[in-house]
Amino acid sequence: MSTFEPTLLARINKPDSQSLETYRRDGGYEGFKKALGMAPVDVINQVKDSGLRGRGGAGFPTGLKWTFLPKDHPGPIYLAINADESEPATFNNRILMEQDPHQVLEGIAISCYAIKSKKAYIYLRYEYGRSYRALKKAIEECYAAGLFGQNIHGTGFDLDVVLHRGAAAYICGEETGLIESLEGKRAWPRIKPPFPAIEGLFRKPTIVNNIETMACVKQILDRGADWFKSMGVPPDPSNPRDAGSYGPKLYCISGHVNKPGCVELPMGITARQLIDEHGGGVWKGRNAKAVVPGGISMGFLSASELDTPLDFNGPGKVGCLGLGTAAITVIDDHTSMVDVLFNCARFFAHESCGQCTPCREGTAWMHKILARIRMGEGQSRDLDLLNEVASSMGIIPGTTICGLSDGAAWPIKNAIKKFRSEFEEYIQTGRKTVKPSDALMEVH
Amino acid sequence: MPTVIVNNKPVEIGPSEKLNCIQAAERAGDTIPSYCWHHDLSVVASCRMCLVEVGEKKPDGTIAMQPKLSPGCQTPVKDGTVIVSNSEKVLAAQKATLEYLLLNHPLDCPVCDQAGECGLQDYSYKYGRGYSRLQEPKNIKPDKDYIGDQITLFTDRCIMCTRCVRFTREISGTAEMQVISRGTHEEIDIFPGEPCNNKLAGNVVDLCPVGALCSKDFLYQQRVWWLKSKNSVCPGCSTGCSITVDQNEDVLYRLKPRENPQAQGSFMCDEGRFGWKYAQSDRRLTSPEQRTGGQTVSRDWDVVLSSLSTTLADLSDRKPGTFVVTISPWATVEEAYLLAKFAKDVNPNARLALGPVRTVGEDDLYPKDIHGKPSLPTRFTIRAEKCPNRRGVEAVLNHFREEVIPFTTVLHEVENGSVETLFVLGGDPEGWIGDADAAKLDKLKLLIVQDLLASAASSKAHFVLPGAAWAEKDGTFVNHNGLAQAIHRGLRGPEGSRPDGRILFELAGRSGLFHAASLRQEIASQIPELAALSVGDLGEFGVSLTSAAKTEPQPVG
Repeated sequence: MSTFEPTLLARINKPDSQSLETYRRDGGYEGFKKALGMAPVDVINQVKDSGLRGRGGAGFPTGLKWTFLPKDHPGPIYLAINADESEPATFNNRILMEQDPHQVLEGIAISCYAIKSKKAYIYLRYEYGRSYRALKKAIEECYAAGLFGQNIHGTGFDLDVVLHRGAAAYICGEETGLIESLEGKRAWPRIKPPFPAIEGLFRKPTIVNNIETMACVKQILDRGADWFKSMGVPPDPSNPRDAGSYGPKLYCISGHVNKPGCVELPMGITARQLIDEHGGGVWKGRNAKAVVPGGISMGFLSASELDTPLDFNGPGKVGCLGLGTAAITVIDDHTSMVDVLFNCARFFAHESCGQCTPCREGTAWMHKILARIRMGEGQSRDLDLLNEVASSMGIIPGTTICGLSDGAAWPIKNAIKKFRSEFEEYIQTGRKTVKPSDALMEVH
Repeated sequence: MPTVIVNNKPVEIGPSEKLNCIQAAERAGDTIPSYCWHHDLSVVASCRMCLVEVGEKKPDGTIAMQPKLSPGCQTPVKDGTVIVSNSEKVLAAQKATLEYLLLNHPLDCPVCDQAGECGLQDYSYKYGRGYSRLQEPKNIKPDKDYIGDQITLFTDRCIMCTRCVRFTREISGTAEMQVISRGTHEEIDIFPGEPCNNKLAGNVVDLCPVGALCSKDFLYQQRVWWLKSKNSVCPGCSTGCSITVDQNEDVLYRLKPRENPQAQGSFMCDEGRFGWKYAQSDRRLTSPEQRTGGQTVSRDWDVVLSSLSTTLADLSDRKPGTFVVTISPWATVEEAYLLAKFAKDVNPNARLALGPVRTVGEDDLYPKDIHGKPSLPTRFTIRAEKCPNRRGVEAVLNHFREEVIPFTTVLHEVENGSVETLFVLGGDPEGWIGDADAAKLDKLKLLIVQDLLASAASSKAHFVLPGAAWAEKDGTFVNHNGLAQAIHRGLRGPEGSRPDGRILFELAGRSGLFHAASLRQEIASQIPELAALSVGDLGEFGVSLTSAAKTEPQPVG
C-alpha cells in the first residue's frame, strides 16, 4: 500500500490548486483534448473497459449506463451531475469540488463529449458554499479559456455547464428526485420506467453521474483503462452480479477516530486498515464497536467484521446493503447503539420525501419507537416491531418508488440483528439517556 | 385477443386497449385496492396500496414471475401478463400499507362525513388489522377550514394520495392545491390567498378517497348510509353530465358526478353541483290554480285539469294561429311530446314554440393555462347553453311543426295581438320571463303556465300547474352531442306539485299511468329523429341519437 500514489487527490492542498493556471501546468485538460480527438463511442468504450462503477453509492457501471441512451438521438441529451452529497459523513465530492474543481469539470467535459450532450447541469448541495464558489470560478475560467462554450478547440463540439444550487434535501441525491428538483419541482422521485437515460431532465435523455465518477473519467482518459483496472478487486466468482471493483476510491473516515479525513486508496481496503493505518486508530484508546461502511443507509459492520474489504461486493457479504459512498463512521465501544440508531431513524424520518406511504409513515414510526425506547419506556416486543416495520417498508423490493426506504430500513434491521443483546439490555434496565420532555420534542 | 391471467382466471382485453393491472383485474371481477390511482389523472404510484405480483406467461406455457412486487396502477398489461393479487406476499404488503396509512389517521369515523363511502374504512375492514400498534402520540395537523368557498380540509385525515393536487393541475389547470412540508409532516394546502375556487373545485371532494376534503354544503348534513341514490343528468347546461341524485326523505342533499365517457367523463362543475337549491326553495309553486278575473276559482288538481281540458277543447273554433304552446328546453323529451301532441290533437292549428334558451357567455373549457386561457386537450367543458334538453325538445317540435318558433317571436306576436292563448311549459330555474315581458302577456285571453317556480307570468296566469324539478321526475334529456340520457325520479316534490309528465298525461286524457320507457318507445315510433329511444330503457350511459356518434368515440366534456 505504501507505494500507492494518489491521483484523484494528487493536487489537493497544493497552493492555488483551484485555478486553471496551476491545473493546466499539471497537465490539465489534456485528457479532454485527447477525447476530442477520439470518436465519442471510443471514449465510452475506454470508460467501459476501465470497469469504472459509479461512485455515488449504487455502483452501477458508468460506461454501461452511458450506452443506455437512445441511439442516434437528435438531442438534446443532458448530463446531470449529482453533487448533492447528502449521505451523512460523506465528503469526498466536497474535497474534489473545493480543492480541484477543474479535475471534475474536465471529467464532465469528457463525459458530455462521450454521450453527445451539449449541456451539463451540476446539481450542487446548497450547504456547500465553498464548493459553489470554487466551481463557479472554475467554470468562468473555462468559458474564458474557450474550454467551454461554442466550437471548442475548433472541433465543432459545444458545451454549456450550468451550476445549480439545490435547496438542501437528502432526496435530491436520488437521480430522479434530482431531475425533478432541477426542473423546479418538488423533489419527488419519479416512477421508473422510463429511466432517465430514456426520459430524464425536461423529458429528454439524461445521464446522472456523481462528482467522483467524473474525476475518475478524467483520470481514465489521462492514464488509460488498464491503469484504472490495475487497482482494485476482480469480480467475486461466487457472486455472478458482481462486476468487480476497480480503480482508486476516495474513502471518508469520520466518527470516533484520531484522524478523520478523506483518503484515496485502491478499492478493497478493509475497514480495520482504514481506521488503523489512515484514521490514526480509534480515539481515546478505545475499541470500535461498530463501523458504518458507507453512509448510514448501508447498515453496520460489527467489531468482528472489520476485516471486510470495502469494495462493491464486500459489505454485502456481511449483511450490509453495499459499499454506498465508502464513508466509514467509526462508533466506539462507549457509545450506545440505541442512540446511534435513534439518530439514524431521526435522519431518515426527517428526510423521507413523503411520497410513498411505507416510507413516509414507516420512517416516522421507527423514529417514534426508538425515541420511546430512549425514554426508558421500551418493551422487548418493540424490537420485533421495529424489525417488522423495517421489513415491510423496505426489504421487500418494490415497496416504494426510490431506495430511500430501503436505506432507512436497513440500518434498523442490521443493528437489531447484530446488536440485539445490547438493545435488549437497554430496554430491560430501563436506561434513560434523555429526559422525557426532550425526547418528545425530538419526535414532533 | 390478448389474454391476461388474473389470479388464475384468464380475461380477454381488447386488442388496442391500454389497461393497467387494476383495470385488468376489475375485468376479471377482482379488486386491487388503490388510493392514489384515478383513471383520469396521471399515475404517481405513491400510495403503494395496489402492489401485486406480476409475471409473464411465456409461449411455452411457463410462467415467470418478477421477484418484486409492482404497483398495479403503474404496470401495463399485455397478452400473457400474469397478475397475482391474493398471494400471501401481496396481502402482507396491503396489510402493512394500511397500517401505515392508519398510523396517524384520527379514526374519527363517527363524526366524519366520508364514513360509509370511505376507501380507508372499506379496505381496512377487508385487508387491515383490527388494532393499531402505534403507542406514541399521533401527528396532529391543524384543520384548514378554508381551502375554498365550498371546500374544507380535515388535514389529519389526509392520506396524501395527491389526487386533489393532480386534479387542479391536470383537469382544471388552475393548480391551487399543493403539498407542503416533507415526510410524515406533509400536508395538502393552498397557496396563501389563492383559494381553490375554480368552477370544477367541488370534484376534489369526490376524488378524496377519505374524509379529508369535505364539501361545506354537505358537511354534517347526512350520514351517507341514509342517502338513496338515483341516476340522473345534471340540468345545468347542455353538456348533460351524468350524475347521481342523493336524497333522504324527499330532501335533496347532494349531486355527485357519475362516470360516463359518452357524456362528460368523470367530473362535473360546481355550477351544476351546487346549483340545485331552487328545487327545494320556497319559491316553488305548490298548488294548482284556476283563476278568472283575478279570482281563484279552484285549487283542486282534478277540477283545474278537467276545466283546462274543456277550455282548450273549446278553442278549436277560434281563429287559426292564435293558440301557441311554448315548450321550454328544460322539459324532457316525453313532456315535450305529450304537450305537443295534446295541443295538436285538441287544436290542429296550434302553433308550437321553443321556450327561451338561456346562454351565458361562451363555452368554458378546461384545463386553463397559467393565463386562464383554455389549453388543449380539453378535459372538461361547461357549456354556455344553460338548458339540458334543447336538442330533445327541438326534435319533438320539428316533428310536429316544420320550424321552431323562437320565444321572442311569440312575445312579439302576443304584443301585437295575433296570439290569444298561450300555454307555457316552463322550467328555467333562473326565471324565463322578466317583468317587462310579462306585462305583454296581459293582452292574452288565456294564459296557462306549467312551471316549478313562481314567476311574473305565473302570477297572472289563468291556469297555474305546479310541475316538478328534474330530480323529481322521469324522462329523457338530449345533450349537446345528441346523447339521450334518462333522468330518474329520485324524490317527491313539494306537496301540491306533480311531475310534469303526469300532469300532461292526465290533461291529454290518456289512459294508464305515465311511464317514461313506454313513452320513449311511442316517441321513437313517431319521430324518426328520436328513433334511438326505441330501446325504452336508456341504461346507465344513455343512447346516442346519431348513428355517427355511435361509432366514433365521443370527445370527453
